Amino acid sequence: MAVAKAKVGSKSAPAAGRKTATVKSAKPTPVENFSKDQELFAYREMLLIRRFEEKAGQMYGMGLIGGFCHLYIGQEAVVVGMQMAIRTGEDQTITGYRDHGHMLVAGMDSKGVMAELTGRRGGYSHGKGGSMHMFSIEKQFFGGNGIVGAQVSLGTGLAFANRYRKTDNVCLTYFGDGAANQGQVYESFNMAQLWKLPVVYIIENNRYAMGTSVSRSSAQTDFSRRGVSFDIPGEKVDGMDVRAVKAAGDKAVAWCRAGKGPYILEMETYRYRGHSMSDPAKYRSKDEVQKMRNEHDPIEQVRARLLQQEWATEDDLKKIDAEVRDIVNSAAEFAQNDPEPDASELWTDILK
Amino acid sequence: MPIDILMPALSPTMEEGTLSKWLKKEGDTVKSGDVIAEIETDKATMEVEAIDEGTIAKLLVPEGTENVKVNTPIAVIAADGEDLSASTGAPAAPKAEPAPAAAEAPAAEAKPAPAAAPVAAAPIAIQVAADPAIPEGTTFVSTTVREALRDAMAEEMRRDPDVFVIGEEVAEYQGAYKITQGLLQEFSAERVIDTPITEHGFAGLATGAALAGLRPIVEFMTFNFAMQAIDQIINSAAKTLYMSGGQLGAPIVFRGPNGAAARVGAQHSQDYSSWYSHIPGLKVVVPYTAADAKGLLKAAIRDPNPVIFLENEILYGHSFDVPQLDDFVLPIGKARIHKVGKDVTIVSFGIGMTYATKAVAELAEQGIDAELIDLRTLRPLDIDTVIESVKKTGRCVTVEEGWPQNSIGSHIASELMEKAFDFLDAPVLKVTGKDVPMPYAANLEKLALPNVSEVVAAVKAVTYR
Repeated sequence: MAVAKAKVGSKSAPAAGRKTATVKSAKPTPVENFSKDQELFAYREMLLIRRFEEKAGQMYGMGLIGGFCHLYIGQEAVVVGMQMAIRTGEDQTITGYRDHGHMLVAGMDSKGVMAELTGRRGGYSHGKGGSMHMFSIEKQFFGGNGIVGAQVSLGTGLAFANRYRKTDNVCLTYFGDGAANQGQVYESFNMAQLWKLPVVYIIENNRYAMGTSVSRSSAQTDFSRRGVSFDIPGEKVDGMDVRAVKAAGDKAVAWCRAGKGPYILEMETYRYRGHSMSDPAKYRSKDEVQKMRNEHDPIEQVRARLLQQEWATEDDLKKIDAEVRDIVNSAAEFAQNDPEPDASELWTDILK
Repeated sequence: MPIDILMPALSPTMEEGTLSKWLKKEGDTVKSGDVIAEIETDKATMEVEAIDEGTIAKLLVPEGTENVKVNTPIAVIAADGEDLSASTGAPAAPKAEPAPAAAEAPAAEAKPAPAAAPVAAAPIAIQVAADPAIPEGTTFVSTTVREALRDAMAEEMRRDPDVFVIGEEVAEYQGAYKITQGLLQEFSAERVIDTPITEHGFAGLATGAALAGLRPIVEFMTFNFAMQAIDQIINSAAKTLYMSGGQLGAPIVFRGPNGAAARVGAQHSQDYSSWYSHIPGLKVVVPYTAADAKGLLKAAIRDPNPVIFLENEILYGHSFDVPQLDDFVLPIGKARIHKVGKDVTIVSFGIGMTYATKAVAELAEQGIDAELIDLRTLRPLDIDTVIESVKKTGRCVTVEEGWPQNSIGSHIASELMEKAFDFLDAPVLKVTGKDVPMPYAANLEKLALPNVSEVVAAVKAVTYR
């Protein structure tokens, strides 16, 4: 274990001998074309997230979902590309509060997710967690965290557990450009590199921390360089292109599995909706949003390639769309009809 | 003029130490900065440097002497040209024959340390009710709280490979307060892990490891620094089980010294007992005796929930009888009746017990027979034991070092009002730390902390004596 190597038998700093100040943003990983199956998989997964989120937004508007609800629309390529780079059920995933997409792509049941959003007993947390707090040990999904940045230390700890148990599992730790300014992120970077922990830090840079643009919040807006002082390699990725995400994800995950320590991926992405349902997003122009939708939409990119390659017809894609809508509609139906948790649930799960 | 070299205090709580080695002998010349002796405190072996120049005229305390009180003269330096044989101002020194290590330091006897005596003092003879968890006929070994905590961790680490210790200076330094002494040697750096100074980060990292099923013991050098980490403790460790509908919990122990030490000022002297015991999803343990420290820490490590384990630096060096059992585990959530009595119930925990036990002895001399309850666990709180006692005595005084508002005492008072109102013959009084940040000056610090006479006065007030 690197812990032992780093700490024992040497009075000099553990970093001695390591080259310093050589890490720059790594060159972008070359994007490889997807196979037909991969394109179709990505298309379907991204579409599921989008339709699910659209439905959640609608249900929020109807008062069926309460509290905070942060939609992932626009960012779908990030989680789908990364999921294609890991071993589901073995590698762990942890993220912040914009988490519905991460759960769906991990294979968590859309009914259970939607029922949690409506606060019903069939929800992943029996209605006691809500939008930001769902977990699945089976899928190795560790939430769903409501405190900005807290998941970064926790994810580093999940990676620590992999190292402690001598597995080659990797933890994907997602956070946003906003969380990237939290102190514990750097405390975690330091320990992760010091102990060579297998964690991929995925910074989903959607340009706005709630209403504050990165240029107004961040002295260093190149987030791929946020690990430079810890010698953690990082690279910028076109987070709207699922192929680019997967290629970078493959590289980062392989790096971690090989025991080389953490890796940073800055995903340049965009959320089409406000920060949460109650955010009118007045801090950016409609044109800006429209331009992203028209020119960079992650789903449209795949769709265009599928048609161009003649791997699918319009009818084939309509069929997929219909299947996805069915899944989402039955999730919504379940989530509205499932009963609320029993009153006795108030007093359970406080202590084991 | 000859100059006395005094036994130095080498830590905020050091009262005495072992003069383990002289590096100079009589007749040697010394100049400022020369290392003249090695002194062993309960935490470390430290070198003592000369500040004055001259010749060692006399070594007053032979090497190997234990329990040399702080400020005892240990050697005399004569300035150049002074008559070495001249008598010194120091008390008569023993012949410089090697004394057995166990010998009392005569100098220490002759001249008590002038330093203000901290709260810790010699044990007082109190009839302690036997712990029902301990089988009859068990042998007891006098053990410090420090050793008991270390033994508990070592035993649990032997038992379960998922248990590891993480924190600042826990491994190579052997623990800032020597609680993890020897663990690195036995369990290797894979399981005894030095961290950077990064409380927020390592509390989160350890909680993540616990979510993954490992059983971390997180040592905070003191709980004052855990405020940097309190978000992870409460929002991540304590709430995840509930938020996940029971799917995922954090089996983790956060431990370290809590509360005032001695003369370390406001930022390093705070009692977090009521802070953590406010939080559903946590267990909070505050042991007083070494036996409780051991039995409850073992239980905490095995517990599937996050446990806050509040120790106390001043108690670390206190010795208590610890049962010699292969696997001594005490139940979390059970108070212990430290002494049975009939006139009044005194409720305390942790270092508060040092005031309470002395008050009980003093009250006994005045004919007041107090029952003393050591809560041991603050969450879940064993209020039933308190209520049963108050039903018998009709009166209650609480003792703690924490601040008065929203204190453990306030909570007990409210519980008693709700659940034992008809049994109360007097208002519940609480003795607490004063409602001020901890001052540095020795006299002010003493005033800020509770004291025995406040406990005695409170008991007299509720017993109308």
